[in-house]
Amino acid sequence: MNDLTHSVEIKNLDLYFGAVRVLQDLNLTIGKGEFLVLLGSSGCGKSTLLNCIAGLLDVTAGQIHINGKNVTWAEPSERGIGMVFQSYALYPQMTVEGNLSFGLKNAGLPKDEIAKRVARAAEVLQIEPLLKRKPAALSGGQRQRVAIGRALVRDVEVFLFDEPLSNLDAKLRADLRVEIKQLHQQLGNTMIYVTHDQIEAMTLADRIAIMKGGLIQQLASPDEIYNRPRNRYVAEFIGSPTMNMIEGALAGTMFSGALGEMSVEGYPFDGDAPDATPAVLGIRPEHIASGSAAETMPIRLDSTVDLVEPLGSDTLARVTVGDSRLWVRMDGQISVHHGDPLPLGFEPARIHLFDKATEERL
Amino acid sequence: MANPATLNTAAASIDAVGGMLDGPQGPKPRKRFTRNNIIIYGTLIVVALYYLLPLYVMVVTSLKGMPEIRMGNIFAPPVEITFEPWVKAWSEACTGLNCDGLSRGFWNSVQITVPSVVLSIAIASVNGYALANWRFKGADLFFAILIFGAFIPYQVMLYPLVIILRELGLYGSLTGLVIVHSIFGMPILTLLFRNYFTSLPEELFKAARVDGAGFWQIYFQIMLPMSLPIFVVAMILQVTGIWNDFLFGVIYTKPDLYPMTVQLNNIVNSVQGVKEYNVNMAATLLTGLVPLIIYFVSGKLFVRGIAAGAVKG
Repeated sequence: MNDLTHSVEIKNLDLYFGAVRVLQDLNLTIGKGEFLVLLGSSGCGKSTLLNCIAGLLDVTAGQIHINGKNVTWAEPSERGIGMVFQSYALYPQMTVEGNLSFGLKNAGLPKDEIAKRVARAAEVLQIEPLLKRKPAALSGGQRQRVAIGRALVRDVEVFLFDEPLSNLDAKLRADLRVEIKQLHQQLGNTMIYVTHDQIEAMTLADRIAIMKGGLIQQLASPDEIYNRPRNRYVAEFIGSPTMNMIEGALAGTMFSGALGEMSVEGYPFDGDAPDATPAVLGIRPEHIASGSAAETMPIRLDSTVDLVEPLGSDTLARVTVGDSRLWVRMDGQISVHHGDPLPLGFEPARIHLFDKATEERL
Repeated sequence: MANPATLNTAAASIDAVGGMLDGPQGPKPRKRFTRNNIIIYGTLIVVALYYLLPLYVMVVTSLKGMPEIRMGNIFAPPVEITFEPWVKAWSEACTGLNCDGLSRGFWNSVQITVPSVVLSIAIASVNGYALANWRFKGADLFFAILIFGAFIPYQVMLYPLVIILRELGLYGSLTGLVIVHSIFGMPILTLLFRNYFTSLPEELFKAARVDGAGFWQIYFQIMLPMSLPIFVVAMILQVTGIWNDFLFGVIYTKPDLYPMTVQLNNIVNSVQGVKEYNVNMAATLLTGLVPLIIYFVSGKLFVRGIAAGAVKG
């Protein structure tokens, strides 16, 4: 039990709310200093899992170890965790200083130690001028900083973030995202971060755990999740706009579907290529080349532009190929309009093939 | 044919500027004496007068001497203002054998109301907090049973309570009445507090637990300071309810310890002697003064409490 390369270990965790199985036989090992993001749409059990780790929910079965200690039955305050909440959850009647020191007072720390820790946290988060203010007199970003500070002063091994940026506006969210990443580099703590925002997940995580229905669909690095999604759910969850999916059938290295027949020679199959099976072909909008760049691609299509979304840096175009619709991401300087013909092309190395029945990657 | 619109563009643009300055600008003027306003305020004034009239008659009558009252003009203001009836009502009016006025009942009522209010709110707020935040097994059933208590008519429980108090040796004492009031306040107050604590953000409670605060620490340091409004509401409910109570006061105490309401009734309804309307009016006003003051004082507190409780911004 003293393998200290692991910071948090979750073993065969089960949780029922009444008859509903919210977490299903979940196993997860998080390394020391790792930044793990739990990603999923609402109701997938990600926040529930975080609450279990924090000790705010009793588990139905299984174990939770933090720092090599079995904390399954321990109180939240005894687990060596700090937690940051979506609504900040600052105590409204206390000053910032009071908020930061509340946990330390409860732990019975001496006064000078409390003052030292509060001062250090305030310095790290640059909230020193705010110490005497009440939360009501702070902006959203400042409040979230204080909330992070409350976890910081506890001097704990593991930080838990429960959608900490969801209440902030887009610009502030981007700023604080960078700050959290910087904080992680500076402190080197283990951080477990729950979000439904794929950009937060991709930018912050060392590893992402994508959850659905109380199960981890894939646990891998952002790069791996993006480039080799293990199943159709993961493939469609990551990426915006979502991956284009074309249903059809695979026979050897020939895929025939709504876009016609195409050779997928060069596709890196996960195992042996199946002989013949109904399959789904996925291709990300940003991996489809258009215009003259399409001419060098092994797979080529002719399409008509249907709808254009200029974003400045990129332009998104919805095109029709026969009866199918595809999204294509193009350079922002290219100007296309409704009705324009647009040649497309992509290479088999960039596509994703999923078994139609099991939705697993082929 | 030339299009007049294109021909007149230059002129039109000048006109447009002029037209903008001439047309409506700034805040829309509001008429004060519209038909709606007259109907609304007229109705409100008439209704207010209708309800204020009895109060006016009471105040005026209580300031008159008996000869003036016998003349029969109940709406006429007093010719000669006298505070004699107020003094008499407070310290001289007779009920049964005692002739020390309402003051005895007032102090009895204070001794009943203060402990009952404090006790019932203290217990109910902890009840509500536990039910809202510390979900224990059977919490829902417990809550359902408690709430069911609010629907049982008092009359059903009168006699059993007499027996219970008698067995406890508290029958006929103020302590007994305080206990009765505290118990009867429990269902509605617990409901009130539970709903309020449920409406506070749950993450605050979680954060406090992560910070290592226990049951009482969270209650006193986190929940209580955020709950001033609901405590004021509970206080208004309890003070007026218990002060105005008649039934329990008459049943569970004895004549020496009757609360103010019971004593008021005994003064006003006494059959022997002359009916002293001015004393009766003064006595009634004195009895009603306490709830009235509570409303006035706590109304301000109530608003301040709500403003101070802002969590999100």
